Amino acid sequence: MITKRVILLITMLLLPFSLQALEAPPLSGRVNDAAGMLSPESKQRLDQKLAAFERETSNQIAVLTIASLQGDDIDQFSIRVAEAWKLGQKGKDNGVLLVLAQAERKVRIEVGMGLQGVLPDVTASKIIRETMRPFLKSGNFDQGIAAGVDGIIAATKGEFKGTGQTSRQHAAKKSSSLGTILIVALIAIAVLGMMSRYLGGAAGAVGVPLAASMVFPGLGIFPLFLLAAVGLLAGFLLSMLLSGMSGGGGYFGGWGGGFGGGSSGGGDSFSGGGGEFDGGGSSDDY
Amino acid sequence: MRKFAIGLSCAMLLGMLSGCGYNTMQANEEAVTAAWGNVESSYQRRADLIPNLVEVVKGYAAHEADTLKAVTEARAKVGSMQVNKDVLNNPESLGKFQKAQGELSGALSRLMVVVEKYPDLKANQNFMDLQKQLEGTENRINVARERYNKSVQVFNTSIRTFPNSMTNSMILHLQRKEPFKADEGAKTAPKVKF
Repeated sequence: MITKRVILLITMLLLPFSLQALEAPPLSGRVNDAAGMLSPESKQRLDQKLAAFERETSNQIAVLTIASLQGDDIDQFSIRVAEAWKLGQKGKDNGVLLVLAQAERKVRIEVGMGLQGVLPDVTASKIIRETMRPFLKSGNFDQGIAAGVDGIIAATKGEFKGTGQTSRQHAAKKSSSLGTILIVALIAIAVLGMMSRYLGGAAGAVGVPLAASMVFPGLGIFPLFLLAAVGLLAGFLLSMLLSGMSGGGGYFGGWGGGFGGGSSGGGDSFSGGGGEFDGGGSSDDY
Repeated sequence: MRKFAIGLSCAMLLGMLSGCGYNTMQANEEAVTAAWGNVESSYQRRADLIPNLVEVVKGYAAHEADTLKAVTEARAKVGSMQVNKDVLNNPESLGKFQKAQGELSGALSRLMVVVEKYPDLKANQNFMDLQKQLEGTENRINVARERYNKSVQVFNTSIRTFPNSMTNSMILHLQRKEPFKADEGAKTAPKVKF
């Protein structure tokens, strides 16, 4: 009963951080059915629904079923998984995790910080109690989980706007533009380097920090400064090497092109967008 | 050539400064302050729920005046505590804060035990909603405390290890922060038979 859960949670507050900690499983897609509770058709349907929802709203919803919590508490386990998987886009924190523990018959909806306005604890609890529980109690997990996902989608629909892509596709785009910048930098070094060693060094000093800040947007002044120094040296040395080879530009073009092509072949596998969770959501038995 | 040598040594010096942990320690301390902010706001969230909770319970369980009074008083005590930033460095202040919050936890626990006797109250929609909110808040408190403790561990380690310890003792003089310890009330937590 609810009051017993409250007492349990408060008691846990008073006890030292105990209980065996079950490790978060690796993220292997939007629907992680480790306990085998879902049919293959169900899994596919859910996966498509969730992928479409991400494209439409950028919200990332994932489902996890496990055979047993092995002594851990579902609240503590869920937040650990959510922290590891980082569902939701960085800054928006719009991820939701639905967890089912088969042996303990427990279910939890873990809500990212950005969605708690439209999916507060009480709403999450209503979704579980009113739409999921009847199905889960009778062992109908396909419909129970589908009902939960539908409830979460309905609640979080209008909050954020998506980009028409999943975050993985977005990341793949970023890495191919990284490849492009590196190619340009290398060609610039080669071409300018043939004219003068210092120009080659300058091209490196500009190109390397630029490429790095595409991959790691949050770089501070010191690392960028050091990267510029590295780029300067590298450009300098490279242009010294190339001063004898007039065909050097062609070689670099080929190598850079191969690199750029490789990094854009990302595919549509699912990965978390860097969203944060603070423990909001709701748990229940079924 | 000489200008190049000067430029290079400047770059090396800047590199060494960050290598000696000057920036890292400051960043870690800010992380501790931010984590503490989350702890305070989640405890505040709990305190904000209590007046409603007491009102709803009073409607059905007016006889349990003592238990309700204990909750209200514990909440008032928590609300009147002055918590400034010094609490992070001072184990005594943190201990007082923790004790007051622990007493509120204890009073709430006892209230929930008492509520078990009133099935009408348990079925009341308002009460059930408040229960769920309280659960969510307790979970947030747990998570915030755990994250705070982790950030304290990172910070304390970063000021003790070499070479940061030198930078700290010579320049920064940052103090060790206190983590949350197990509550005293753990020994007197109500025994609940499920």
